[in-house]
Amino acid sequence: MSAENRLNRVFAALADPTRRDIVARLADGDATVGELAVPHDMTVQAVSKHVHVLEQAGLVSRSRDAQRRPCHLEAEVFDLMTAWIERYRRQAEERFRRLDAVLERMDETTEQEGTAS
Amino acid sequence: MTLARHETEIVADPDLPTIRIIREFDAPPERVFRAWTDPDVFTQWIGPRSIDTRIDAWDARTGGCWRYTALRDGEEQASFFGSFHEVRPNERLVQTFTWEGAPDGVSLETMTFTELEKGRTRIDALSVVESMETRDAILRSGMEVGVIEGYEKLDELLAAEG
Repeated sequence: MSAENRLNRVFAALADPTRRDIVARLADGDATVGELAVPHDMTVQAVSKHVHVLEQAGLVSRSRDAQRRPCHLEAEVFDLMTAWIERYRRQAEERFRRLDAVLERMDETTEQEGTAS
Repeated sequence: MTLARHETEIVADPDLPTIRIIREFDAPPERVFRAWTDPDVFTQWIGPRSIDTRIDAWDARTGGCWRYTALRDGEEQASFFGSFHEVRPNERLVQTFTWEGAPDGVSLETMTFTELEKGRTRIDALSVVESMETRDAILRSGMEVGVIEGYEKLDELLAAEG
């Protein structure tokens, strides 16, 4: 699977509100599928399916040997997504700093000409 | 030099395919609005220094259309087009936006200009696209420079999962 497909998987996994709730819950600490199902009006099987999608996306891991198999949030992947939005923000900020400079140069005279056209 | 500088704020709604950009400027709404609607001013800031912006069509009136092309060393990089759905001077600008590289995609962009004290302006630009996937792809497009590094890091993380 290409890196692009993996990225798409991460974003697709988080496009679902139930899975975002699960991620939010796991941000507070590890939990079993049974514990995750409690606040949702869902069966353990349904929650388990959501957890599986999150696992496939690399957002959640589960220990293989432990009896309870608690789900663990891979916070690093999550931090990476925050970093992507931050890059997008910085790019917009750079564009607006160019605009700041242009706005400073625009004097009243050219403003009159502009609105008259 | 103003000390009260407010950096760009980005809001990516978790449940809706939208991106909101909020930013304040040290200029009155008339001037900021003109920077978005006067093609001679618009081309001065929309692209980075290495990119020239060529205006192909520009009719900044309600119902008008626009198209521009990004050029690097005279070579065409990308073209964008859309309509000026509503041009309400100094208050509100509603446009559609399509990158010709993804011709089925269209974003509806509503920008409001709010006058603040001391001759300042806040813009609030809301973009609405067709799906969460498209919205996220747009957010990811901001990382052009660091893209390889980001992919490599994610690859490592995902490989460790295996």
